[in-house]
Amino acid sequence: MIDRGYYEGFGGAYLPEILVATFDDLEDKFIKAKNDPSFWQEYTDIMSTYSCRPTPVTFAENLTNHFNGARIYIKREDLNHTGAHKVNNVMGQGLLVKRMGKTRVIAETGAGQHGVATATMAAKFGFKCTIYMGEVDVQRQRPNVFWMDRLGAEVIPVREGTRILKDAINEAFRDWVGNMDMTHYVLGTACGPHPFPEMVSYFQSIIGKEARKQILDKEGRLPSRIYACVGGGSNALGIFKGFLNDPVELVGVEAGGRGLDSGRHAARLSSKDASIGVAQGYKTYFLQDSDGQMKETHSVAAGLDYVGVSPILAYLKESGRVRFESATDREVVDAMSLTIKKEGLIPALESAHAFVQAFKEAPKLSKEDIILINQSGRGDKDIFTVADAFDDPRWKEFIKKKAEEYNA
Amino acid sequence: MLESYLKSRLIEKKILLMTHIVLGYPSFEECFKIIETMVNAGVDLMELQIPFSEPIADGPVILHANQKSLAEGSTVEKCLDFAQNVTRSFDIPFLFMSYYNILFKYGIDRFAVAMAERNMKGAIVPDLPPEEGQDYLNAMKQYNLDPIFIFSPTTPDERMNYLASFGRGFIYCVARKGVTGLDTDFSGQLNKYLERCRMATHLPLALGFGVKDKNDIDFLKGKTDIAVIGTQTIRLVEKKGVGAVGEFIGSLR
Ligand SMILES: Cc1ncc(COP(=O)(O)O)c(C=O)c1O
Repeated sequence: MIDRGYYEGFGGAYLPEILVATFDDLEDKFIKAKNDPSFWQEYTDIMSTYSCRPTPVTFAENLTNHFNGARIYIKREDLNHTGAHKVNNVMGQGLLVKRMGKTRVIAETGAGQHGVATATMAAKFGFKCTIYMGEVDVQRQRPNVFWMDRLGAEVIPVREGTRILKDAINEAFRDWVGNMDMTHYVLGTACGPHPFPEMVSYFQSIIGKEARKQILDKEGRLPSRIYACVGGGSNALGIFKGFLNDPVELVGVEAGGRGLDSGRHAARLSSKDASIGVAQGYKTYFLQDSDGQMKETHSVAAGLDYVGVSPILAYLKESGRVRFESATDREVVDAMSLTIKKEGLIPALESAHAFVQAFKEAPKLSKEDIILINQSGRGDKDIFTVADAFDDPRWKEFIKKKAEEYNA
Repeated sequence: MLESYLKSRLIEKKILLMTHIVLGYPSFEECFKIIETMVNAGVDLMELQIPFSEPIADGPVILHANQKSLAEGSTVEKCLDFAQNVTRSFDIPFLFMSYYNILFKYGIDRFAVAMAERNMKGAIVPDLPPEEGQDYLNAMKQYNLDPIFIFSPTTPDERMNYLASFGRGFIYCVARKGVTGLDTDFSGQLNKYLERCRMATHLPLALGFGVKDKNDIDFLKGKTDIAVIGTQTIRLVEKKGVGAVGEFIGSLR
């Protein structure tokens, strides 16, 4: 093993011996690609022709007027092909897979966005594709499962453990330890053993690079604060990385679920419920009991419902560089609703967590202040969950009719 | 010392047997009976797995055993109490097997003390390569416990030497890629790999993953010092109950 990938004690590579050689090879190929100027060019080329990069920043004039405080800008990762920032990481890893000469990709997915992005990349590059998805998430993100099927991926519902994101990651690892010769595991967030946290945040850093330039072009100065939701931490690190050396406050927003006091949440860095541990190959804050057994987590947003968090964010929390907050399920649905009505934008439930915290703080800031929210994805995939949250009678009627048609 | 115990046993037996159970599955009482049966049937050493919620290197059978044990209320403390009872009752070496977080959360040093106090001989921690294990290695050394390291078919020769330099007791050789509980092809491929393992260390070699019957063990005689039976006995207990274990172990050598 070449480099341990530590961030002030967080991270590392706690690997079963069978995978050590695979990780050494991955790290080697990644470093070579990173040091090859043509690789980033190849990456930005494909992101501008196949996805929609650079994604714009939108001035949210109506929300700004509504809150009567800071000027609100939104970085539009929802306009990426496949509808979320996940594709940034996936296309980057896809180019690496080509360099490694492997022919099959596997991935875990929570919200299904990473699964759809991986299945899309596999279709484009001609790779075989298997996606592991917790059974609970298969239920709540059916539209994305449908598209993964259409894209030719094999979607395997995971019935082990808590049947959500962490369990899907375990199953993907179990596949990989048997098939590493021709298979690459496209991990979807800035977690897991080194070099994944570094590699995923490297590809996602395209968000922050663009956003910094775009805001400076528009406003001639930097934002005061930046908000991003935090599942594993990839979209947050992606935008934060562009501003780490600037006098800009960075705010990560975790899933508060039913409230921090309820125990039913996924707040690892903004609650007292998490402690440092080692699982899924890396050291970070986990929601675990005193024996080190992982706890059940809860969020209305499948993509934030995870027990661990990026070791890089754990480090940025301890160093005080990033502030962490949480948003409850209810606050999230309200913020989503307001954003839809005021701006005609439909943030994913995950992204709406960042909006909640921005909306809490915007009115307290001056009109000179600029804030930037990372809209990590679009909410179309959440139609079933959101329809339930709004208790939409016409939607229910439609579903009942549709069911009757199928029964007939 | 584990190494000298194994080497003295190997004077009398062509191959030794190590078995693996998950503590608290199906229950602690049944675990005790399984151990008793295994010791009586001549098993030479045993690994006792402390269940973990994320056993990433384990296949479906052992994974379920971990989950069921935890669902029934197993804790690290109960496993330690059980180990105390077992080492007092039976005269073979026992090792703990678990994932690193269990040791880490308990406190590495405190865990080593707890092992030594209970007369456990060593530990197998499959997600802890030596690069990450400085604290663990120090504690194991201090309390005279053997850290068992793992070779795999994907481990290059140079790394085998490196791993062997940290290992004590014996080396656990994983027979193939993949998780526990899948079939292994006992053939020429494995011979080559075991020769590489033998070149890398003077420690006894154990081979595990997929060993399930007398044929497999006959194949391994002369090539490895210890055959490890894991998933197969758990399957047997699930299908036929604890009563079938004695006959099964008896049939292996
Ligand atoms: C739209 C969207 N945003 C955010 C996330 C959370 O992941 P991360 O924290 O890695 O950005 C997901 C994960 O599925 C997602 O789909």
